[in-house]
Amino acid sequence: MSAEKFSGYKGEVLEVVRRVDVEIGDLIRITKGGQVFEGILIPRSEYGDDKHIVIKLRSGYNIGVRLTPDAKVEKVGKGEKPAFVAPPLPEQNPALPKVSIISTGGTIASRVDYRTGAVRPALTASDLYSVVPELADIARIDAQILFSLYSENITPAHWTKMAKTVAEKIEEGVDGVVIAHGTDTMGYSAAALSFALQNLPVPVVFVGSQRSADRPSSDAATNLTGAVLAAAKAPFAEVAVAMHATVSDKAIAVHRGTRVRKCHTSRRDAFKTINAQPIAKIEENHIVMLTDDYKKRDPSQKLTVKPNFSEEVALIKFYPGMNPAVIDWYVDNGYKAIVLEGTGLGHVANSLFQPIKRAVDNGVLVAMASQCIWGRVNMSVYDTGRDLLALGVIPLEDMLAETATVKLIWIFGQTSNAEEAKKLLKTNIAGEFSERSIYGEEETSKP
Amino acid sequence: MTTEKVDYTRIGLKVGLEVHQQLETATKLFCACRPELFKEEPQITFLRRLRPTQSELGQIDPAAYFEFQKGVKILYEANTQTACLVEMDEEPPHPLNMEAVEIALTAALMMNATPVDEIHVMRKTVIDGSNTTGFQRTCVIALNGTIKVDEKTVPIQHVSLEEDAARKTGEEDTLIRYRIDRLGIPLIEIATAPVIKTPKEAGEVALAIGKILRATGRVKRGLGTIRQDLNISIICGALTEIKGVQELELIPLVVEYEVQRQLNLIKISEELAKAGIRPENLKEEFFDVTEVFQQTKCKVIQKAINKNQKVLALKLPKFKGFLKRELMPNIRLGTEMADRAKFWGRVGGIFHTDELPAYGITAQEVEALRKAVRVQEQDAVVFVADTMENATDALKAVLERAREAIKGVPEETRAANPDGTTRYMRPRPGAARMYPETDIPPIQITQKHLEKIRTHLPELPEQKLKRLMHEYALNQKLAKQLMNSEHAELFETIVKESKVSPTTVAAFLTETLKALKRDGIQTEKISQNQIRELFKALATGEIAKEALQDIAAWLSKHEGKTPKEAAESLGLKTLSKEELEKIVEEIITQNKDLVKKSGVKAFGPIMGMVMREVRGRANAELVGELIKKKLAEKV
Ligand SMILES: [Zn+2]
Repeated sequence: MSAEKFSGYKGEVLEVVRRVDVEIGDLIRITKGGQVFEGILIPRSEYGDDKHIVIKLRSGYNIGVRLTPDAKVEKVGKGEKPAFVAPPLPEQNPALPKVSIISTGGTIASRVDYRTGAVRPALTASDLYSVVPELADIARIDAQILFSLYSENITPAHWTKMAKTVAEKIEEGVDGVVIAHGTDTMGYSAAALSFALQNLPVPVVFVGSQRSADRPSSDAATNLTGAVLAAAKAPFAEVAVAMHATVSDKAIAVHRGTRVRKCHTSRRDAFKTINAQPIAKIEENHIVMLTDDYKKRDPSQKLTVKPNFSEEVALIKFYPGMNPAVIDWYVDNGYKAIVLEGTGLGHVANSLFQPIKRAVDNGVLVAMASQCIWGRVNMSVYDTGRDLLALGVIPLEDMLAETATVKLIWIFGQTSNAEEAKKLLKTNIAGEFSERSIYGEEETSKP
Repeated sequence: MTTEKVDYTRIGLKVGLEVHQQLETATKLFCACRPELFKEEPQITFLRRLRPTQSELGQIDPAAYFEFQKGVKILYEANTQTACLVEMDEEPPHPLNMEAVEIALTAALMMNATPVDEIHVMRKTVIDGSNTTGFQRTCVIALNGTIKVDEKTVPIQHVSLEEDAARKTGEEDTLIRYRIDRLGIPLIEIATAPVIKTPKEAGEVALAIGKILRATGRVKRGLGTIRQDLNISIICGALTEIKGVQELELIPLVVEYEVQRQLNLIKISEELAKAGIRPENLKEEFFDVTEVFQQTKCKVIQKAINKNQKVLALKLPKFKGFLKRELMPNIRLGTEMADRAKFWGRVGGIFHTDELPAYGITAQEVEALRKAVRVQEQDAVVFVADTMENATDALKAVLERAREAIKGVPEETRAANPDGTTRYMRPRPGAARMYPETDIPPIQITQKHLEKIRTHLPELPEQKLKRLMHEYALNQKLAKQLMNSEHAELFETIVKESKVSPTTVAAFLTETLKALKRDGIQTEKISQNQIRELFKALATGEIAKEALQDIAAWLSKHEGKTPKEAAESLGLKTLSKEELEKIVEEIITQNKDLVKKSGVKAFGPIMGMVMREVRGRANAELVGELIKKKLAEKV
């Protein structure tokens, strides 16, 4: 790969590197100011400048050497490409359930090239077995790479592909599916598949990692074994997210796909079930269900796939002083639905009433969730709420704003009829809302 | 232990030093936490496992993977003052602490090292749990320095900056406890080339490096703030890495012992070779000898058998007598096997026939054991009582060590004991497992920044020594003592503000404090402020020079009190001239016969008597003057 040959180098330095005919991994010598620096040429970060060459010294340390006019760069030796010798694969136990792992990005397993510092994902089934050998005791796995995307770049079109791929695997008769996903938008994708895959016969479990897989402390392997175990053996047949329950490597929480939200930028236990309890918890390789209210695993069940989505739906967060014209823009641009993330029980400033009325009059579906994250909207308590109800705003009960948005994106992939859309919105399809608000302590906060 | 004189040149001793010293900074290296330790119960605990990362070559560090497979878990302890999500590995590191970089650059320039143009932080894989991430963050700050030790120039390979590790607070079975308060405290690492040729020199080089670091004025003081690692090798031996020597005084001894150990191991391997034994003659065959010990009086074995565990034995042909051979004081070849067994098998220890009968094991049992394992007269037997799995792992490790003994000295990483001996820690890691810390952008060091540091460079120790002698007319011995005492700065402050004679101040800060310490006084409890006040009081005549020692001792027990309060409490307030004259008068009157008889020569005895009376409350010169005057009047 020529891109990798000079990876990261540009401008002046790239010219020098080209002239001396060295590539990443080669041994070079830089002489300047009476000092000699010898080491292996290392890739340069894309954000680095074009004045420094990075080398790995014999001691293992990297340093950046500034290319001054008096600097002399020589090639000393050709680097040896590391030849990967995979450890022998574990024996497949035919009695174990079959699980399919689909990668969409967000590496859940990787290898480090200590020579150049490159970290490469390990994504094939044999890669996964060799990096996380415990998997062989849980299931027979097959693995496929669907995309390699940072999760912020995933769109509804990708959800369609994911849903179709999962459906194929289920048609083939696997006992469960695991989807490896970057964590940033994993909650959205889980919600999307919750609506797109109905009457699931087996579990579909999303998994990611909050600490990169190259580090010995990564949560990736623990999350992955938890997810594979859930896919292989859990009694539920729903779309779920399996991630660390706490900051300890002890328990994995399994969250319902429509109820889960990433609530921390970096912690292992960033994913929380909102307004409910996680559906299950995995500890010491045992699955404990935390609720009776779930769809049961039933291989005879016929899967219904509804993989279409519409992108003409907006999520708007209200804030003090917000310009009402923002809403007009969506209406004028043909959007079919707007989810408002209002304050408290479901309010926005009365300066927005006029554009909201215009939206509803134009056939745009306007729904209300709360930016409090926890709790249920109730628009009958205060005047503002009652006024908004009168304008035709639909309250979203205790549904997450993100899930509501995904749901409407999916709904308008099924129908363009406003009345039918409204009916679907109020129908509980995948446990996305509930009638009762149960008092519950934050699930598992002790590490 | 008596040691024959070793000719270090002949055996080709080569020692390299790595000095690690904690820096005195406001915050840690990669976050804004306080760089301090806590003693209280932890507010936060969490449990982790570290999984060895596979390299591109498909390799995994065998020791690391072994620990992982054993299910080793780590329980981390923390409080909110000294750790945040960064130490918990729950948040990416913040940018490199520039205060620490500056101190490291200062030290580097003092050692004539060349700062790198761009600092790249690396991740050095460390999987024993001492780092929550599974790696230690470290970066080279400067390369190719030199320091002068006496007349020799010692090359400094690199000056690096790294995060200190968490500290181990316990270990139970497969659970290891670490406290993460120390994790992230900035450490500077100075690595010399392996050019040190004698144990004594190793101590001198470490001392010289320590002095330069202290001269920056920005390093932590006290036990545990400095740690030395040593690389030691001799011809026909192997490279041994010794970690964590905390006391400077211990370094020569550690080197001596390691040389002794390697020489003894070489001798053993020669003798084993002569006996015709080869590594492949040692068979991986373990005998279940639980039957032999059914009725044993040995508590350890009894306990194991009661728990339904096994006694497993290994035959070591022709090893009889070798296991009890001493390598270093109290460390025998058998001890080294036991260390390995403990590490790889997690067993409490091993038994071997070179030390039996003992520990409640009878001669009959030994005989039965030898029979069960079918050994010859010259063979040794090693056995372990534990679960089948642990015992097997332990004996495998013993077997491996025995095979190495035939070959000579194994390469290994050892940990220093407080008495200068060492114990097995782990096999030497393969190629350094370092890869870039991508969460921290590289940092460029500008010429402007370097110039600024260069113009404010602290004095080197030898320059300072010369200046102290010249500027304050101290003799060389006193000036050297002052430099070693860590009170050189305080000395200059006191002399400047109190105008007391520099020699008096220097003698107090070195000899007096040392003498007090010898008498069991905790001199480190006397604050710098108290010492400064002490000399101010001396300068104004409120206390006498003779009272310094007693007052200092009192101050060490009374935090925050002043020398004046000390003098009052001890009755050591200086007498006025009138009071003193009265005492002199009285004593001369009491001894008028003597004065009559000896005349002016009575001065000596009278002086003695007066001084006994006024000890610590008067200046001896003044007393002498007064006596002389009075005697002259009388005679
Ligand atoms: Zn911190």
